[in-house]
Amino acid sequence: MPVPDLPHGRLQMQTQRALEEEPESLSRRNFFATLCIALSGLCAVILGVPLVGFILAPLFRKTPQHWIPLGKTGQFEVGKTINVSFMDPSPLPWAGITAKSAAWLRRVSATEFIAFSVNCTHLGCPVRWLPDAELFMCPCHGGVYYKDGTVAAGPPPHPLIRYEVRVLNDEVQIKSAAIPITTTL
Amino acid sequence: MKRLLAAVWKWTDDRIGISDLMGPAMTHLVPRDSKWWYVFGSATMLAFIVQVVTGVALAFSYVSSSSQAYDTLQFITNNAPFGRILRGMHYYGASAMVLMVGAHLAQTFLFGAYKFPREMNWTTGVLLLGMTLIMGFTGQLLRWDQTAAWSVVVAAEQAGRVPLIGDPLARFILGGNTIGGATLSRFFAIHVFVIPAMLFVFIGLHLWLVLRHGISEPPVPGQPVNPKTYREWYHRFLEKHGHPFWPDGAWRDFVFGTGLIIVIALLAIFVGPPAIDRPPDPSMLNADPRPDWYLLWYFSLLALIPTRVEGFVMILVPALIAAMLLFVPLLNNRGERAPSRRPWSIAVVLCSVVMIGSLWAVGISSPWSPNFHPGHLPVTVIGTDTGPIFQGAVLFDEKGCLNCHLVSGYGGRRGPDLTHIGDELTQDNMVIRIVNGGVNMPAFGNTLKPGEIDSLVAFLSSRHKTPR
Repeated sequence: MPVPDLPHGRLQMQTQRALEEEPESLSRRNFFATLCIALSGLCAVILGVPLVGFILAPLFRKTPQHWIPLGKTGQFEVGKTINVSFMDPSPLPWAGITAKSAAWLRRVSATEFIAFSVNCTHLGCPVRWLPDAELFMCPCHGGVYYKDGTVAAGPPPHPLIRYEVRVLNDEVQIKSAAIPITTTL
Repeated sequence: MKRLLAAVWKWTDDRIGISDLMGPAMTHLVPRDSKWWYVFGSATMLAFIVQVVTGVALAFSYVSSSSQAYDTLQFITNNAPFGRILRGMHYYGASAMVLMVGAHLAQTFLFGAYKFPREMNWTTGVLLLGMTLIMGFTGQLLRWDQTAAWSVVVAAEQAGRVPLIGDPLARFILGGNTIGGATLSRFFAIHVFVIPAMLFVFIGLHLWLVLRHGISEPPVPGQPVNPKTYREWYHRFLEKHGHPFWPDGAWRDFVFGTGLIIVIALLAIFVGPPAIDRPPDPSMLNADPRPDWYLLWYFSLLALIPTRVEGFVMILVPALIAAMLLFVPLLNNRGERAPSRRPWSIAVVLCSVVMIGSLWAVGISSPWSPNFHPGHLPVTVIGTDTGPIFQGAVLFDEKGCLNCHLVSGYGGRRGPDLTHIGDELTQDNMVIRIVNGGVNMPAFGNTLKPGEIDSLVAFLSSRHKTPR
């Protein structure tokens, strides 16, 4: 096959000739090729391990759960459901207002409180409480829940997730928790 | 002066080799008949360039911190010179990129241009389409207002439905267990570095493939693609019916592209960028998160699919669409290219447009969502301001019925329109429905007293086509 009279054409020809005429140099060439590929792989590992570790770190970060005070029991009326907001107990310094969080707190009786996650179990949108209707409604896809958090209508697959709540020294406290994620399998 | 400039150019070109590098690409032959149908690819790239330019400009003021991004966006929009226009151009540039990549995809599919030897042109193009949509979504999140913050939660919830790895994937998106300091910065990195770098690589590859295989000739009925003979035939065809890309073929790209940029700029100036919602405070629950228009159709789909299959549809539908698009050329890479000989291709494009368009249209009104501000039924609609009918109307409002049901144009559209329910249901049936609920309606048996149910029924029974 004719090789064009171009620099890279000549180079190709020389390379081909070298391959044909110097079989003893093949192992040396193979060694260098293998060495270069191995070194590239090593470089990729050196760069990749901290990169992947850094990006995936939030998955493995243990978030300590804390009891967060919401107020004295007298502040909450029996039979009423209200929105309570509180701060993430250990936010990143630049979180700003995103460190805030919320829950729906229902005082069932003098001693019993229920705290619901504000996230619809369908796709996580914030549900709103309609006090007269005694229903939670979701603005995104129309999920509806009864006052006890069970599904009343719409696409939510599960009742509203409940947070742990307790009364300690006449103070209502809620336990910080992750945003509930509905999984399939 | 002219001679001096020519000398400078000659020296520079000799040392850098611009002509050697770009010359063959600029002057490669393209089919003379490839006219206005062929401008969408270059228009997509131009929209991407608009995004890069305006994005770099915005990055001069945008701070990707969860606590400051919102304020910097307010500053860019309301205080920075040209900030409003730049934000607008970035938004409409994104919209243009989505529209143009969609038009390019449809044209390529209709013309059968994905067939031999351009299969990888198509595949890289599909990947670019996916990256464009990811850019659109992550860009909306960088607005970092209330809608953006809740959209992150929605995205995490969707990712959570992926089998086996759903939960860690959702935590990865959130940057932890909740929205917080880590959430925005990772979307910033993805939007500004990761996906753009991939876009540059794949656009380069896509362009290289366009040069390698040439621009497909307009399809002619009865002229099927035969992989054994196509390349030779194409080169002979170009020698006879081709002309250089620059400037004979390129002028249309420049005209269309200029028009596109003018439209983007005019929209940015006269319509302006999308409004910034309230701050991204996760404790403010009066939020109504909606994706930007190019993903609104998917938002609608999630509201309309049956709940039982939703978990699968949420993951399988996008995966199936992606797989079908990626494997189109592997299933059919030879034969007729003309749409008149491939009527199913026209049907596929039309069905896709109608389906996405319908879902988009219904997504705008979102009738499945309750109306949280339905107002009150006026006395003119109720027909009286005393007695059980009036009391029933007040209860209809207070108990949340009006949030979901329409009465004479007032209320929500989530449930059936009850304007003439008095003609359609007996009083007994109304009681059964109110007490027990229905397929998509809560049961009110535990929250309404018997007298209240009577009043409600009295009000509903008074809703007739013709007043009685």
